[in-house]
Amino acid sequence: MADEEKNTVRETEEARLKVPGSNGSEGGKSKKARIEVMKTYKLFIDGKFPRTESGRYTVLKDNAGHSLANVCRASRKDFREAVVAARKAQAGWAAKSAFLKGQILYRIAEVLEGRKAQFADELVQMDTPQRVAEAEVRLAIDRLVYYAGWSDKYMQVFSSVNPVESPHFNFSMPEPTGVVSVLAPQETGLAGLISTIAPAIVGGNTVVVLASEKFPLSAITFGEVLHSSDVPGGVVNILTGNHVELLAHFSNHMDVNACIYCGDDAEQIKTVQVNAALNVKRAVIYPKNDWFESGSQSPYRIMDLQEIKTTWHPVGF
Amino acid sequence: MKKRIIKNKISPLSFNGGWGGSYAEAPESADHIQLKDTYDLFINGKFTAPSSGNYFDSINPANEKRLARVADANEKDVDKAVAAANHAYEKVWSRMPAAERSKYIYRIARIMQERARELAVIESLDGGKPIRESRDIDIPLASAHFFYYAGWADKLDYATPGAKSKPVGVAGQIIPWNFPLLMAAWKIAPALAAGNTVILKPAETTPLTALKLAEIIQEAELPDGVVNILSGAGSTGAALVNHPGIHKIAFTGSTEVGKIIQKSLAGTSKRYSLELGGKAANIIFEDAAIDQAVEGIVNGIFFNQGHVCCAGSRLFVQESIANTVMRKLKDRMETLIVGDPLDKNTDIGAINSKDQLEKIKKYVKIGTSEGGACYQSSCSLPSKGYWFRPTLFTNVSQSSRIVQEEIFGPVLSIQTFRTTEEAIEKANNIPYGLSGGVWTDKGSKIFKVTSQIRAGVIWANTYNKFDPTSPFGGYKESGMGREGGLHGLMPYLEIQH
Amino acid sequence: MTADATLKFFSNTPAIDLAGVEERVVRLTRRSIKKDSKVQALKLAMSMLDLTTLEAKDTPGKVIQLCNKAMHPHDAVPGIPPVAAVCVYPTMVHVAKKALGKSKVKVAAVATAFPGGMTRKKLKVQETKWAVEEGADEIDMVISRGKFLAGEYTYVYDEIAEIKAACGKAHLKVILETGELSTLDNVRRASDLAMQAGADFIKTSTGKIQPAATLPVTLVMLEAIRDYYYATGKKIGMKPAGGIATSKLAIQYLVTLRETLGDGWLTPSLFRFGASSLANDILMQILKQQTGVYQSIDYFSKD
Repeated sequence: MADEEKNTVRETEEARLKVPGSNGSEGGKSKKARIEVMKTYKLFIDGKFPRTESGRYTVLKDNAGHSLANVCRASRKDFREAVVAARKAQAGWAAKSAFLKGQILYRIAEVLEGRKAQFADELVQMDTPQRVAEAEVRLAIDRLVYYAGWSDKYMQVFSSVNPVESPHFNFSMPEPTGVVSVLAPQETGLAGLISTIAPAIVGGNTVVVLASEKFPLSAITFGEVLHSSDVPGGVVNILTGNHVELLAHFSNHMDVNACIYCGDDAEQIKTVQVNAALNVKRAVIYPKNDWFESGSQSPYRIMDLQEIKTTWHPVGF
Repeated sequence: MKKRIIKNKISPLSFNGGWGGSYAEAPESADHIQLKDTYDLFINGKFTAPSSGNYFDSINPANEKRLARVADANEKDVDKAVAAANHAYEKVWSRMPAAERSKYIYRIARIMQERARELAVIESLDGGKPIRESRDIDIPLASAHFFYYAGWADKLDYATPGAKSKPVGVAGQIIPWNFPLLMAAWKIAPALAAGNTVILKPAETTPLTALKLAEIIQEAELPDGVVNILSGAGSTGAALVNHPGIHKIAFTGSTEVGKIIQKSLAGTSKRYSLELGGKAANIIFEDAAIDQAVEGIVNGIFFNQGHVCCAGSRLFVQESIANTVMRKLKDRMETLIVGDPLDKNTDIGAINSKDQLEKIKKYVKIGTSEGGACYQSSCSLPSKGYWFRPTLFTNVSQSSRIVQEEIFGPVLSIQTFRTTEEAIEKANNIPYGLSGGVWTDKGSKIFKVTSQIRAGVIWANTYNKFDPTSPFGGYKESGMGREGGLHGLMPYLEIQH
Repeated sequence: MTADATLKFFSNTPAIDLAGVEERVVRLTRRSIKKDSKVQALKLAMSMLDLTTLEAKDTPGKVIQLCNKAMHPHDAVPGIPPVAAVCVYPTMVHVAKKALGKSKVKVAAVATAFPGGMTRKKLKVQETKWAVEEGADEIDMVISRGKFLAGEYTYVYDEIAEIKAACGKAHLKVILETGELSTLDNVRRASDLAMQAGADFIKTSTGKIQPAATLPVTLVMLEAIRDYYYATGKKIGMKPAGGIATSKLAIQYLVTLRETLGDGWLTPSLFRFGASSLANDILMQILKQQTGVYQSIDYFSKD
């Protein structure tokens, strides 16, 4: 058939169907396309989904230049509110039994397992190859199960009864450091996020996380998973925004007990460390990493955010 | 009931007469449970008929009615099960990545939670324990045990610092009738986490919840042969112990049978762990928080009808507070309700079997013939079934048989002491060494006394507390090896140094 | 605490273990009270109510309404007993007395600068005497918590004894304000102190702060009463007040009472509930037991 004839056929077809929104140039889309409800991505603070108080946003685009979402550009005030929420939630979260924390982490894994397809799709939207996206979601689920299993064990492995010379019963055990700010890894949307959140919270800390700038969507959708998994509000708070802008606040806040920085930028690392000195917060640096490696999950990442408490008591009638 | 004489003629408090008398019936509904008429053996992932074609009844001790028929496994069946377990170990379980094993065990834990109420009702029907206990203690602890050990499967290196470990292989596990599902969990969970496969033999009088666990294991899609469950009596257990294809035996039961097993295993390379009898001392000091201590006495000896290896069956009370403690104990006993295990208000259920009831009666006779003064609460007892009132013996001493020997019933012997050293000495003056209790408000005394009592589990200002993270097991003739906690993995691992 | 005070007031006061108390309480709350036991318990609870209005904005009209409810909780249904008492501020005693007329419902007055108690002892005695003159059958006093926590036990003891003397024929309930005492050890000590000083009833709370009455605190107080009974033969009453809004909870209190002190205390002369909205919840539960149908608050009078 000649080209002219082909065009005529196509035009006739389109005219005949007269379906609004159909676009012959979008390969694969049905000509009877249904209008989808587009998703709004907000922040996750104190168990709720507020927009940034600053009203600012960044347009997230894929490699081909298509807009994916208007992502909230969190401000230092959002961070401040998140820290307040995290602090309020911390004592109660730490006081929950190890069994319960483990149950909650396992529940997060259950819910994420049920939403595998959604998370893989989202990663694919952000230009992750399909197979890699699926593998990443499976890894995230299994890693949550891994850390759930540590909840009632790390204390046994890392505590001690100390045979002091005087007649005292003396024991040492880990205690959570408190509120932890996390500058999540930039190179993944989900694996890195979970690898930093899980060991922090299983140890009784509460966190404020700044999602990857390049892959922020998974972080907010993960907030939805947390929200439906019996995780108390304020235990995990998730912000999206400009990494460089917020770095100072994440590392200099006087009511934050530890700051995790993920990355290799020497200047940024130094900034974090200098700011940490303001209140002697623990500065924890995790270099750029293959998050799929088994070495990137370990009880030592739990212990990075624990204090050790030693208690003495006399022994005698 | 003898009239209690109180100083200054103050009449004792009376109970159970007010607001209409005893509490109205509050039965737990049992119409939602699923019990088959007949249960076969669970071998290699399927329910299989026994080689002999023989079955026996499992009855409800509260009304002596049959609940179901269960298969009687003989040597041929044991052989099949051992072959299945070995095959599963070699070909499937030991080759599976640890993180995947872990997820199977989590599934079992989760399904047990989903089916918790049904399991609790069946446990009470089969064994006689009050629904309040099976619902609030046995079943939650059982699933928690699977949860805890599931997480160890891919973390074993951290349990053995500086050394690598391997599973032992195929474990034969024999459990008693006092905590049927809980004991099954205590055995199966750590074994699987450590990479072993198992053959479990539940007790003759309480096989049903283990068989329901088999259904749960099917639902969790656990690979065939990893867990096998063989119902039967003593001879089934003996066949399991003596089978050459087993690498390890785990046994919970009487010291008498434990010794037989230990002897049978002599000369073989089989590993074993034993959790046997006990006759724990529960020691109340004059500076104890007395009302809570009295509650601890009650929990210590009347929990689960006293069918507890770690029961606080020898009470030692400091002489200066003995009268006060006795008065409070007797008042408290009057509020204990003995009755239908499925009634939510029942405190003390049915005695597990006719045999056990006869044994308890025998000991009470011995106690009185030895000069002991027997006291029982005034509660009523149902007519059908096996029942025993909560019982105290005073005027007994270390030399009395009822003080030295394990009764395994709701019978408490009471002695006084004057000094701490005396209490410790008497506590240790027994061939057993499973558990003990210490009640005092003084912290330093707690640590001193607990460090000197020769027993595997000491409760200070509490009693009969269990947790999957907390190791449990005995010294001396109460056995060896620990269940629960990090230490509970050791019996199921070969450490390679 | 001086050695003097220990010997004088607390020689028979044992240590209290919080974890043990809470465990016992959990076990008591697992009792399942059904059918006839439930109906009997509900009626008993009703007869033990001290219907209370203690607001600064109380008026004679409000108090009169309360008294009417006290005498006629729900006449539409036969067999509902009247409550034990109404509890009001001293300025409202004469209003209540008149409204209650010849009925058996008693008038309890709070006194001693309720709820804080932060004034001179002389004024507290005066207020008590006045309330009794106005016609109060019962006086609910507060202890001086600050003095107690500072270890001035003799002061607290003397104050209770003086108020007791001022009560004359009226019976005295001593409010410990357990929510401010911080530990169960203190609750036990305060109970022992109050009983030795002459309390007819020991009461948990003013209801003005949180926490008000709780089951653990109640258990400790009942055990104190039990020990006092066995030591002296005297039966002291107990009143939990504040926070008991549902029948389910009220029945748990009755179970705790029944299994600690026994049958002898299952009477309004030895046990009261300080509550207001509880009455309607009890009525709804009684109706539910009778009809088999869950009830709505629309069918019961609110004052």
